[in-house]
Amino acid sequence: RVDEWTDVDRKRVMNDIITTMFNKKFMEELFKPQELYSKKALRTVYDRLAHASIMRLNQASMDKLYDLMTMAFKYQVLLCPRPKDILLVTFNHLDAIKDFIQDAPGILNQVDETFRQLIDTYCGLSAGEFQLIRQTLLVFFQDMHIRVSIFLKDKVQNSNGRFVLPISGPVPWGTEVPGLIRMFNHNGNEVKRTEFTTDGNYVTPQREGSFELYGDRVLKLGTNMYSVSRPVETHMSGSSKTLASHAKENRVPNLLAKEELNFLARLLGGLEVKKPAGSETGFRLNLFTTDEEEEHAALTRPEELSYKVINIEATQEPGRQAELSRILGELEVTEPRPASGEKGEDLLALMDAL
Amino acid sequence: AAWCVLPSRVLLVLTSQKGIQMYESDGSIMVYWHALDVGEHPPAQAVFARGIAAAGGHFICVGTSSGSVLVFDIPPKGTNVTVSEVLEEHRDAITDIASELGQAPAGAGDVVTADDAGTLCVWSSGEEFTLLSKILAFGCSCSSVKLWQGIVAAGYGNGQIRLYEAASGVLRAEVNAHARWIYALDLAPQTGKV
Repeated sequence: RVDEWTDVDRKRVMNDIITTMFNKKFMEELFKPQELYSKKALRTVYDRLAHASIMRLNQASMDKLYDLMTMAFKYQVLLCPRPKDILLVTFNHLDAIKDFIQDAPGILNQVDETFRQLIDTYCGLSAGEFQLIRQTLLVFFQDMHIRVSIFLKDKVQNSNGRFVLPISGPVPWGTEVPGLIRMFNHNGNEVKRTEFTTDGNYVTPQREGSFELYGDRVLKLGTNMYSVSRPVETHMSGSSKTLASHAKENRVPNLLAKEELNFLARLLGGLEVKKPAGSETGFRLNLFTTDEEEEHAALTRPEELSYKVINIEATQEPGRQAELSRILGELEVTEPRPASGEKGEDLLALMDAL
Repeated sequence: AAWCVLPSRVLLVLTSQKGIQMYESDGSIMVYWHALDVGEHPPAQAVFARGIAAAGGHFICVGTSSGSVLVFDIPPKGTNVTVSEVLEEHRDAITDIASELGQAPAGAGDVVTADDAGTLCVWSSGEEFTLLSKILAFGCSCSSVKLWQGIVAAGYGNGQIRLYEAASGVLRAEVNAHARWIYALDLAPQTGKV
């Protein structure tokens, strides 16, 4: 029995997940103009993606991973200096992904294709339209204040879960450093200048990030948080009373549920959950230090924070069978390794090694 | 959302992605509902109403994502609200609308509208609104605008506040005020402080 992840396993899981995520049909669905997903829908899609390979996660580890992802994403969207920078953050994500699959030209192509689509779809939008997108995304994350130890350590998040807004560093591209007042007369000629001081320590940015397929993004948001080895913990306790209203919202029946489920079924038609043959094959990933800790976390997770995951089967509609078989065929991964289901390594170590 | 204070009544106006609602000031009844015409917009464009101001004694102006400004004629009481005019000067989504908070000097207009591209339009309200001046954008979205004593105060996405003469459109002051996008401006009418 093999107890440890090997480089081959790591590469495999990475390749599988990235291949699934950048699947052409899946991307086509994502690029269609549509409303923001509900929290349930997003969580379900995320679950599917996380299980696109031979890696397995228990409910507790899955919850923790999802919390991490949502808070990291909230951080990146919130801290964007100017609205258009959310596109640079996305490009940073894609650059890092391309780094993971350098030796797989087929998948690399898919990612580049998505890159081009992003450039075509978004580069022409105005700042106002980007701000609208950003604020719509932020509505999704409203009232989420889970504390993440990597953020607490770096002092980008306070102990109450709120993010720290920096008051130093480069101002956004296109903004002047605050302080100057210019006055003009009726003819439009400058007649006076005064200055005021601020508590901040701002500087002019040196250059704008690149929006091309390749280039220096300049912005650090969206780059790999784990490029330096760190502990990754999320804290549930002390999450504020605003959760009560949050939970209430989740229990109100969703009148558009049927529509949403149909959409999900279409979307997930291309995402196949790999079921390891037999009871012990596949790798289970545990984000806690022991199995007992993981179990304990599952039992003590506050009710308000439990994600109600919808289980969707790929649609059985006859017309889609052929198409589905073809997509599933594309997603086929060679049979899972006959290895043990012993607790996996820390996710951190997994990603570090790549 | 905004309280629209008219000489005869106060209405609460709400804007959303579906349309515009007007309520009596105690929230008791909905006086008027105006649905936004989705057909006007190209697909993949967000549809919404944004920017509310009361003007000229019996008008309420509301902006839309297509750039048009709807002018509603409000009766002193009751629900007989009608669309008096649609102003089509802007090409980008309206961000904010302001009406004169103090005493306008002659020819200064009493309503200013702003859009996502940063263009500002100064109007004189009436049965037919007249465009008095158009202040062209300088490449930045104007997110918030106020009008006082014939001076337009505008907040921009690049953190600048600019003051213009409403009547002529001339720039009188430019302040590098903030390091981030300005979301809102407020003005104290008694003192003229922003």
